[in-house]
Amino acid sequence: MANAFKKFAKSQLAIPLFALLLLIVFNLIRDVGFFSLTITTNNNGNAVFSGNIISILNGASELAILAIGMTLVTASSKGQDISVGASAAIAGSVFVRVLRENQITMPIILAAFLASCVVAIIFGAFNGTLVAVFKIQPMIASLILFSAGRSIAYWINGGATPTVESPLLSYIGSFIPGIPIPTPIIIVILFGALVSLLLRFTNLGLYTQAVGINEKSARLNGINAVFIKLLSFTVLGVCAAISGSIAVSRIGLINHETILLDIEMDAILAVAIGGNALNGGKFSLTGSVIGAFVIQALTITLYAMKIPSTSIKAYKALVIIAIVVIGSPIVRKYALWLRDKLFKKPAKAKQTDENGEFAL
Amino acid sequence: MKKLIAVLIAVMLVFGMVACAPQTPPAATNPPVTTETVPPGEPQAPDAATPDDKLIKVGIVNNPPAESGYRAANVADFEKVFTEANGYAVSTFYSLKNDEQLNAAGQFVTDGVDYLLISAAATDGWDAVLASAQEAGIKVFLFDRMLNADESLYEAAIVSDMAQEGVTAVGWLKAQNLDSYQVIHIQGAMGSDAQIGRTAALDAEFAAGTMTKVVQQTATWDEAEAKKIVEAVINSGDEFNVIYAENDGMAKGAVAALDEAGITHGVGKDVIIMGFDCNKWALRELLAGNWNYDGQCSPFQASVIDEMIKKLEAGGTITEKKVISEERGFDATTITQADIDTYGLGE
Repeated sequence: MANAFKKFAKSQLAIPLFALLLLIVFNLIRDVGFFSLTITTNNNGNAVFSGNIISILNGASELAILAIGMTLVTASSKGQDISVGASAAIAGSVFVRVLRENQITMPIILAAFLASCVVAIIFGAFNGTLVAVFKIQPMIASLILFSAGRSIAYWINGGATPTVESPLLSYIGSFIPGIPIPTPIIIVILFGALVSLLLRFTNLGLYTQAVGINEKSARLNGINAVFIKLLSFTVLGVCAAISGSIAVSRIGLINHETILLDIEMDAILAVAIGGNALNGGKFSLTGSVIGAFVIQALTITLYAMKIPSTSIKAYKALVIIAIVVIGSPIVRKYALWLRDKLFKKPAKAKQTDENGEFAL
Repeated sequence: MKKLIAVLIAVMLVFGMVACAPQTPPAATNPPVTTETVPPGEPQAPDAATPDDKLIKVGIVNNPPAESGYRAANVADFEKVFTEANGYAVSTFYSLKNDEQLNAAGQFVTDGVDYLLISAAATDGWDAVLASAQEAGIKVFLFDRMLNADESLYEAAIVSDMAQEGVTAVGWLKAQNLDSYQVIHIQGAMGSDAQIGRTAALDAEFAAGTMTKVVQQTATWDEAEAKKIVEAVINSGDEFNVIYAENDGMAKGAVAALDEAGITHGVGKDVIIMGFDCNKWALRELLAGNWNYDGQCSPFQASVIDEMIKKLEAGGTITEKKVISEERGFDATTITQADIDTYGLGE
């Protein structure tokens, strides 16, 4: 037991889970019923779950999906793509454009989604080419699309806020009749499972880490580093298309200026809170997804506390500073040192690593 | 060498992207609004090859239609009124940057237009250009936004009164004679003109105690954020019967949250929904009775200016320096399809 705990304390997931736990405990103290789950009948006549848990999981969907892609890009290219919000705006606009030109049916929605995927993959590959082939810093390479993306999104539809109305869209953005869980949550689970299975049962996960840790030695071992980096950017493109389409389906309209605004920063933050090194190498998708939930839980908490709108970002920043500093290697080292000093235990870290496996 | 080539190709890629971008076809569904901006200092001059003295030369400096639905409607309105058929030779320049606008206005003065119509990106720095226009005998009209300049420098200003818009909306709400007003107030981007105007009137009611503030939160014009704010209120179990959203998109986001929670909204239902901007799709929600009120900051100033110019050309004078455009508000119980066609923005 003690070993398991020790192992866990060293694990990458310790900090994001600890942060999440802290938020949960804080909310429970503030309001015991904060996480109560109720069943209500929505205006379409379906019985659905509602409550803060659902709001957090549902609201974090787009962020969680982008965080998955961002983790892969970070791991392979040692940098971040800051254009995901703009890419999602473009993908969402393509989604809306196709829907508006046709009678909305399920096949058309699927076609619209595929079209947005294709466009997002092209833009992802553009970033990927700059990074992988031309060796440009990922942040600089994606700065181009970051600046131009939302204008491109405007050109796709022309108008400022084009709308799409269909009950079928609400199946994606809100609930499928008969299923009480919001569809975006299901999409996150399916997509997360798909990506982790893909990484586990092919060598891609290992290759991505290898390229991130030491590109040269990876290449000498026969790994095509350019391909791996390009692949991670195209996966991020798909992530942008999924989250853009979900965001459009939720409200039934796209505002190219505000859709998923500043989400690139939250996605990078989710990766960081998830305990991933921002300079590449080893990564944990689970950590990033938990990071996304931490960010969303924080937002919902601040809304529930009715913090004045003018200061909400400052409070968010304070909490995030705390999480990031607690997670920093210096503080961790100091905490371990303090623990040893207080409980006068001799350090025996090496030996316990083999047993007490912590699995999530 | 390899590096140099790589850099060169990268630069070409970037320029290629910039160069290709504006050629993406503008949506055919919209009024033909050009999104290209002319480089500063080279406004599109009226066709010099056909010296048609009968046409009145007008230079229009405005913000680009891509700025917002409001601006798209504003630009479309001017394109509809100031046409050759209506007796005008029009040159336009669109930019969000004040210095580019100033350059363009200076160029219009040099080109010798008869009238200069300005909706400035920022309020300061216009004195010199306006003075040179006056020297050249060019008459200036301001529209949509005021400038910090002496009023002798322009003929008239046709502007919106953002505060009046909020007063009109809150006045409508008070006229509903509800037993109590428990309001969820979703604000726009803090500090923007529209937010300040739309918030002020409601804040006065909160301060006077006639209405109760359930929550007042900014969603920075973001629909999804508005939905989260309303969700948080529903989850907390607080009672509310009015949602006052400072634009249509945020009202739509709020309604999505109500729909998921099974709370009814609209005419004669549990929650009153109020939005702003009067997009056509929002007015259709009103017509269907799903929302209750939509307020508008009128983007239609072109016909007023057109009348004034015609009056000046006929030898008349303009007495009013500042004309406040009429701010409309639509009630779901009285709105008609004709209102939507006339005053709705977008498609």
